[in-house]
Amino acid sequence: MELDAKIPEGPIETLWDRHKFDLKLVNPANKRKYNIIVVGSGLAGGSAAATLGELGYNVQCFCFQDSPRRAHSIAAQGGINAAKNYHGDGDSIYRLFYDTVKGGDFRAREANVYRLAQISVDIIDQCVAQGVPFAREYGGMLDNRSFGGAQVSRTFYARGQTGQQLLLGAYQALERQIAAGQVKMYPRAEMLDLVVVDGHARGIVTRDLVTGEVESHAADAVVLGTGGYGNVYYLSTNAKGCNATAIWRAYKKGALFANPCFTQIHPTCIPVTGSYQSKLTLMSESLRNDGRIWVPLRKGDKRPPNSIPAEERDYFLERKYPSFGNLVPRDVASRNAKAVCDEGRGVGESGLGVYLDFKSALERLGKHVIKERYGNLFDMYERITGEDPYQAPMRIYPAIHYTMGGLWVDYNLMSTIPGLYVIGEANFSDHGANRLGASALMQGLADGYFILPYTISDYLATTKLLKVDSSHEAFRESEAQVACKTKRLLEIKGTRPVDSFHRDLGKLVWEYCGMARTAEGLRHLLEKIPELREQFWRDVTVPGTGSELNQSLEKAGRVGDFLELAELMCLDALERNESCGGHFREEYQTAEGEALRNDAEYSYAAAWQYRGDGQAPAMVKEPLHFDYVHPSQRSYK
Amino acid sequence: MNLTLHIWRQRNASEKGRMVRYEVPEVNPEMSFLEMLDVLNEGLIAKGDEPVAFDHDCREGICGMCGFMINGTAHGPRRGTTVCQLHMRYFKDGDVLYLEPWRARAFPIVKDLVVDRSAFDRIIAAGGFISAPTGSAPDGNSILVPKEAADLSMDAAACIGCGACVAMCPNAAAALFTGAKIMHLGALPQGQPERYSRVTAMVAQASHELFGSCTNIGECEAVCPKEIRLEAIARMNRDFLKAAVSGRD
Repeated sequence: MELDAKIPEGPIETLWDRHKFDLKLVNPANKRKYNIIVVGSGLAGGSAAATLGELGYNVQCFCFQDSPRRAHSIAAQGGINAAKNYHGDGDSIYRLFYDTVKGGDFRAREANVYRLAQISVDIIDQCVAQGVPFAREYGGMLDNRSFGGAQVSRTFYARGQTGQQLLLGAYQALERQIAAGQVKMYPRAEMLDLVVVDGHARGIVTRDLVTGEVESHAADAVVLGTGGYGNVYYLSTNAKGCNATAIWRAYKKGALFANPCFTQIHPTCIPVTGSYQSKLTLMSESLRNDGRIWVPLRKGDKRPPNSIPAEERDYFLERKYPSFGNLVPRDVASRNAKAVCDEGRGVGESGLGVYLDFKSALERLGKHVIKERYGNLFDMYERITGEDPYQAPMRIYPAIHYTMGGLWVDYNLMSTIPGLYVIGEANFSDHGANRLGASALMQGLADGYFILPYTISDYLATTKLLKVDSSHEAFRESEAQVACKTKRLLEIKGTRPVDSFHRDLGKLVWEYCGMARTAEGLRHLLEKIPELREQFWRDVTVPGTGSELNQSLEKAGRVGDFLELAELMCLDALERNESCGGHFREEYQTAEGEALRNDAEYSYAAAWQYRGDGQAPAMVKEPLHFDYVHPSQRSYK
Repeated sequence: MNLTLHIWRQRNASEKGRMVRYEVPEVNPEMSFLEMLDVLNEGLIAKGDEPVAFDHDCREGICGMCGFMINGTAHGPRRGTTVCQLHMRYFKDGDVLYLEPWRARAFPIVKDLVVDRSAFDRIIAAGGFISAPTGSAPDGNSILVPKEAADLSMDAAACIGCGACVAMCPNAAAALFTGAKIMHLGALPQGQPERYSRVTAMVAQASHELFGSCTNIGECEAVCPKEIRLEAIARMNRDFLKAAVSGRD
């Protein structure tokens, strides 16, 4: 199989504009004749469904939560990047493009990233018009701040709730289209299969989470905006319901899965406290603008932080990276935190933590300024830990936060299955091996508001699609498969709850395919995961029935898929004999312990093709070309 | 610590529900309330019983999916805190806790502690938006928003749509929820063109959904996990009155 990314020819600055002109349009009167399914209602799915509805298509939108307003985009705290250069501090579209390609450690597609940087400015305009209450200066202008990994102030924010406000903007636009009859919303519905007819994506099979009913929905195109797979690690900053089922089942229907091993560890999360822990809470990385990260110089120094004098503290990021200091990219900050903890200098009960200290900022700026900038984050920290960060430094530790890998898409955001589009975190395209802070919101909205609506019209206008409705036999087959899987899960009646398998899987993957990986560890994991999967299908217990709200059953299906996806992550990590971004293979590092890329051999996206259960997937390479930003060793010193 | 829980169990909307007593031993004070319920549920599953159904997702107090009554208070005893962020250190050994779903005619029960809050979505669909078709917007800085207005707007926009305000209100009114959206959009220059049609449509939808009327009791403000102020209701009432007397919409 050959991958064609369909990147237009020509200078990168004008690619997207020319391409938009070349894309075929659907006549306004004909749009209502097309049905489009959008799965997911976050920033990507929600903005896509709203915009497609507004354009006149018939849209059906699905989410597993009780309302589209709850998608996990809502939890993004820090902000959204845009190359507005409102501060005249040297920002430009080209600089945002450059930063994103470099920050992604040269494993992203240049053309996609350039387009993302271009569109970033339109996103801010759109969101302002929708009434997103961005932070303002006293003159009424939009305020900005700088964010991890960037030397310019290009991040727009709404207190510490930027994701919430952007999502509510998209949600309100979506509700407007629902009221107008352009979008039909299916909350509490989970996609359990993709239906492919004659090689084209023609619909989905869902389970109504309240009644348990398995339903078929036919369409002319299917869009997945279902987010990432960070919950494969069990403990992550993702919401409990976040899952990979939609993209995984699409993978099993023929969509290629690219770079599954590219996962991102966020450096500033509240450390784990016990085995009952159900999730990790992120503290926005904007905190690194004013907080200073340190550990005691001496191993095993158990004194309370405020009684450790300055000369006995190691501000390790400021020491090692004088020009970026505490603002180094996420992968670098995380690895360094792990390194000092591995040395035995970690803080807190578990020793897995570093201090994030606001003392000097509080002295410099005063409590009111800090409160205005981070008040809600400080409150959240206090609620969870019972400690007051105005008095003593926060304790933080890295946690899984985002997955750069996802279904492979071309420049038009279409997967290898014609008619199946993948947007937002669910695809792989824009962040390479590491995502910069405040770029996830940007990508979700760029895909949903400004890219997909153009590219999907070209597909619909140029593809001759047979008339297919949900009575087609392909739907019957999918329904039967879904029903069979549900039945099987309910009939095992083993001894262990779903969560206990999920926790075991999470521990294994975090240990061997988390912040640092080795060939040996990955091989070990490749033996362990199939064993655990086998135990799961033999010994899991799912109480209740399939014809009611059954949260154990929902979880069981998702964990079953994670148990397969984890194996693909390991294969990918083992195959990539280099370190890049979030993928750190201990065998490949510089003398100073930084990630050592191997551009000669690994400058490609690894897209995996499913070939049947029990069979090794095939890897197809999409070579990456860097004509504008020349690969260099990232240096933040 | 050891706790006694009385939890409302109800199979579905049509069957009768009842309180069921559970003992939860060895609760760690560092746990969140929902983690304590996870432990209870794992125990129930291991015994072959059905776990308690409750809604939750982000578990960091922002998605608005979780929420139930703890001893008669929405989201439990701690101010400005959703139940997912409530930690067991605020309880003590031997506590007896009664957990019930949100009670309101407009929020029918789905199962156990899970209710149907889709009425909130329909209130937003009635007018809780600014009509701004994608791509039609001018440059962000061409619309100046005074900082005070942006802050006021953000105070109200923080609403997470959890439904605690309705659950706690003796009238089961959705005034704080509806008022918060009206205040969020009404405080901004972008929200002015639809300001009066919005309030009329949203208030009408809220009463159509069989939410009660507001009588300024203030229980909603007291339990709102985002601490949205009653001011939102006052602003809504003012806009509503203005729309009514001026005959605009």
